[in-house]
Amino acid sequence: MEIKKTSLNKLHQDNQAKFVEFAGYEMPIQYSSGIIEEHKFTRSNSGIFDVSHMGQLFIYGDDNLTNDLEEIFPLDLHNLKLNSSKYSFLMNDKAGVYDDLIITKLEEGFLIILNAACKDNDFKILSSLLKDKYKMVLDDQRSLIAIQGPKSVDILNQILKTVADLNFMSGNWFTYKDQKLYVTRSGYTGEDGFEVSISNELAEVFTKELLKNGAKLIGLGARDTLRLEAGLCLYGHELSTETTPIEANLKWAISKERLNKGGFIGSQNIISQISDGAKKIRVGIKPEGRLIAREKTKVYDENEQMIGEITSGTFGPSVNGPIAMGFVDHAFSKKETKILLEVRGKKYPANICGLPFYKKSYVKGAN
Amino acid sequence: MSEVKYSKEHEWIKVEGDVGTIGITQHATEMLGDIVFVELPDVGSSVEKDGNAGVVESTKAASDVYTPISGEVMENNQAIVDDPGKINSDPENEAWFFKLKIKDSSELDSLMNKEEYDKFAKESGN
Repeated sequence: MEIKKTSLNKLHQDNQAKFVEFAGYEMPIQYSSGIIEEHKFTRSNSGIFDVSHMGQLFIYGDDNLTNDLEEIFPLDLHNLKLNSSKYSFLMNDKAGVYDDLIITKLEEGFLIILNAACKDNDFKILSSLLKDKYKMVLDDQRSLIAIQGPKSVDILNQILKTVADLNFMSGNWFTYKDQKLYVTRSGYTGEDGFEVSISNELAEVFTKELLKNGAKLIGLGARDTLRLEAGLCLYGHELSTETTPIEANLKWAISKERLNKGGFIGSQNIISQISDGAKKIRVGIKPEGRLIAREKTKVYDENEQMIGEITSGTFGPSVNGPIAMGFVDHAFSKKETKILLEVRGKKYPANICGLPFYKKSYVKGAN
Repeated sequence: MSEVKYSKEHEWIKVEGDVGTIGITQHATEMLGDIVFVELPDVGSSVEKDGNAGVVESTKAASDVYTPISGEVMENNQAIVDDPGKINSDPENEAWFFKLKIKDSSELDSLMNKEEYDKFAKESGN
């Protein structure tokens, strides 16, 4: 299958991107300054991320659609305000996760942002669950550009006036060069920021304007270190069909109202895991010293009994040390529990720790 | 008099008498990206030509370090263990990895000189 390119591919090339294939797309892993610089620039200034490979699924419908989606997602969608967003999951009957996603209420329906590697399968699952009753568009005519970091609000506000008025996890339509953009205040870095859904034809000129205003292009490498420092899950690592949201320590994303009543796909398993406790649970893991423990590293207790596995591990540039997340048996999930990590045949000390590794600075009350 | 030679695994070795100082090349660091962890062979250990002699990890991945020739490790560079970023900033000088007592200097013959290595690095592109 031919590798797909986003509308910003040429701009990436012009900025000395190193490319990798990711979910069938040629995507920049880093630019000339490197992952650590890009990471730190995002934390202190403003980083631009091309996330156009992600799915932008528009589903059009009225209250019937809201009812039907509530049978799928563990959300109180009837009370979701216009232009408000929620983090959620598409699950199977056993509450295994097909994908994690952001769903936003629009006037004419919902916009769901899906992971690139999952989007086509999600579309099939949702079409089938919704019995093709509603118009669904997995829109590949639109690009998705994230702008993340403390200076993003000022940079973006110069181009889209009043964008600074958006609250975290809410969005709105804006006009740019006579076209409509949908902007949400959200992101995947632990920083204040925005995600802009824009027509493919305007994506490059818009991004160039951000660059001119002082933002810099950031690759997927720094996107991963940023999200891991922020303690955020990555599908295929912390989340899969073998893991439930309860095990992934994401109970907060499930509406309390819906937990009481159930009636969404996977609810039985979710409710029983909450009352009986999940066997394994996602935790933060801090290796001692500088050792990096990557995905699939086995985790042991102090008596060298295997208790789990790392799902993401890297060097955190803002933490200035190694960081990891993984799943361990519930009994070993308390903060500051001493554990051992097996790397290249040797066991090294580490500690269970709280998440995030890096404190967030989301804007709650912009208005 | 010292000479510097290069391996296909992108290590350099500076030879002074029967002592070789080994590190990774500028080209290697450019491929690896930001280096954040390094593990060096223990002083006193023996390493065999083309065998494992440590690990470097970048923000992206872990990579083995190989020794271009055999010998006994005399010294390793703790400064790069404490600050692996030095490997990116000065890989072919300050950020040497380890020094060894050369076991068989004829092993040096299989290595490349600077001109040959530059050509190899450019052509291999990896």
